[in-house]
Amino acid sequence: METNVSNKAKWGMLGFAIPVMIWTLLPLVWIFALSLKSDAALTDTTGKENRFGNFFPTKPSWDNYELILKGGASDLFMPALRNSIIVSLIATVISVVLATFCAYAIARLDFPGKRLILTMALAVSFFPVIAMVTPLFNMWRQIGLFDTIPGLVIPYLALTLPLSIWTLSAFFQQIPWEMEQAAQVDGASSWEAFRKVIVPLAGPGVFTTAIITFFTAWNDFVFAISLTSGNARTVPAALSFFTGASQFTQPTGAIAAAAVIVTIPVIILVLIFQRRIVSGLTSGAVKG
Amino acid sequence: MSTAASVDNQPTSEAGSKPGRKRKAPLSDRARAERALGWKLAGPAFAVMCLVTLYPILNALYLSFFKYRLTDPAGKKFVGLQNYLAAFRDSLFWEAMGTTLIITFVTVVVELVLGFAIAMLMNKIVMPRRTLRTVVLLPYAIITVVSAFAWKFGFDVSTGFVNHWLHTLSFGQFPLDYDWFGDRWSGLFVICLSEIWKTTPFMSLLLLTGLAQVDSSLEEAAKVDGATWWQRLTKVILPNMKAAIMVALLFRTLDAFRIFDNPYVMTGGANKTTSLSMLVSREAIDRVEIGMGSALAVILFLCVLIIAAIFVKGFKVDLAAGRNN
Repeated sequence: METNVSNKAKWGMLGFAIPVMIWTLLPLVWIFALSLKSDAALTDTTGKENRFGNFFPTKPSWDNYELILKGGASDLFMPALRNSIIVSLIATVISVVLATFCAYAIARLDFPGKRLILTMALAVSFFPVIAMVTPLFNMWRQIGLFDTIPGLVIPYLALTLPLSIWTLSAFFQQIPWEMEQAAQVDGASSWEAFRKVIVPLAGPGVFTTAIITFFTAWNDFVFAISLTSGNARTVPAALSFFTGASQFTQPTGAIAAAAVIVTIPVIILVLIFQRRIVSGLTSGAVKG
Repeated sequence: MSTAASVDNQPTSEAGSKPGRKRKAPLSDRARAERALGWKLAGPAFAVMCLVTLYPILNALYLSFFKYRLTDPAGKKFVGLQNYLAAFRDSLFWEAMGTTLIITFVTVVVELVLGFAIAMLMNKIVMPRRTLRTVVLLPYAIITVVSAFAWKFGFDVSTGFVNHWLHTLSFGQFPLDYDWFGDRWSGLFVICLSEIWKTTPFMSLLLLTGLAQVDSSLEEAAKVDGATWWQRLTKVILPNMKAAIMVALLFRTLDAFRIFDNPYVMTGGANKTTSLSMLVSREAIDRVEIGMGSALAVILFLCVLIIAAIFVKGFKVDLAAGRNN
């Protein structure tokens, strides 16, 4: 797509890209380094146990991983990991499917009440989640949804649906609709035009939205910490309940190891979705 | 919002079987089918949203007029606007408001500039193209609590590396035992840093998608006509991606205003770093003062509504206008 980028510009961009990447990766490398630190390295003040200015341990160890995967902290971590995956996936699928239809209708079709839907989505996405927690807490207790998977998925929809609808509406607004009109001129119905023309065009937007939605659910802390007590607790909430190997050690290493583990699937997901986003966004279905 | 309907479109005359679907004459079969389809597609999402949120929202509003402590249900009594008045008289509330506004302003401004620069870079870069995009997207995917812990441990006096690095870089001037979380401003600095690190990718991701949809032939044409880089940016690129910019700004501002995870994990609200959301949580959950907590939540919601109104009315963000005009 870029035809004539000069060498100077190329190197200039690289010179800008490298600091960006370092800034981005530094905390990730750091939390990994931290997860490899033994208790000795974590409490070391002499500088012998760590290299690069207290950054990386001289003798990396996997003890922290053992602690959270098999050891004392595994009862807390493993169920939380499972809960996080299940809850986030369900919330993502429901939100993206519903939002895709909804955003298409809003951006494209002429019907009364779409203003109401958008305003509602807006109001919902604005409402401070912390304020929803107290009433939900009471209601969930009464109907038995407290500390269950559905009890988390349902409020997560309040987080993810409005976001999906708004993001997708913005995407759909920028889609070249004349292709759909062309299809309609050729005799396709609104539904056919949607399915055969718009879905392929809107794919990149839907994928991007799916990422946003999944990570929003995966990221939630407020609901997770308030609407669960152990059974359905997700990783972000569980992290704040971590304790060390004994009650006298800080949970720093265990938290770091858990953080690395929940970050690995996320990195894999970014790699998978990234390719689709790039090709989807840059190929430009209309111009091509 | 059906302004778009009157704008187009004439080619219907060619397809003889179709009545003019975009005419004002309202009740053609086509228009009716479109309405029905509209609600069929949008209805489920709308219904789910209402179910999930209407009850809690109304409930919070209702509870905000009561003096109601969860541990003392019998003592629940209607107090009108007392909770609101008490909040407005409390210096703690204004302190949290100040903290929240500072965090919001600083993070959103930095993120917009940084996010746009990164989006431009991602859009144009040739060499480590895919690597850059993947790397930049990573913080967005990282759980906020994880980011908060990473930065917290990094700046921590005993486990951290930042003091050591600054000490070396400043040739020993920077104290090794500097306590970042011992003071309001340095604490807020680290909180903002974590927030910016974590959410700039969201900004640049949305901006990039807007950027990628800008017709590059327009830019080429401007280039051929001798427009400078700055002119192309301000006259061609930015106007054409206004929708994406506004959506990104809107979401980030509102999100930043409700900041909770970062200060919760990093300082626990110590040294005047409590945000409004944390204040709500402290009242409603820790102190189980449901009435007061709900009132604070409603205030928080109103603040957020005002910010949103400024965006929607002031900057004319309108997603309902289906077609570009």
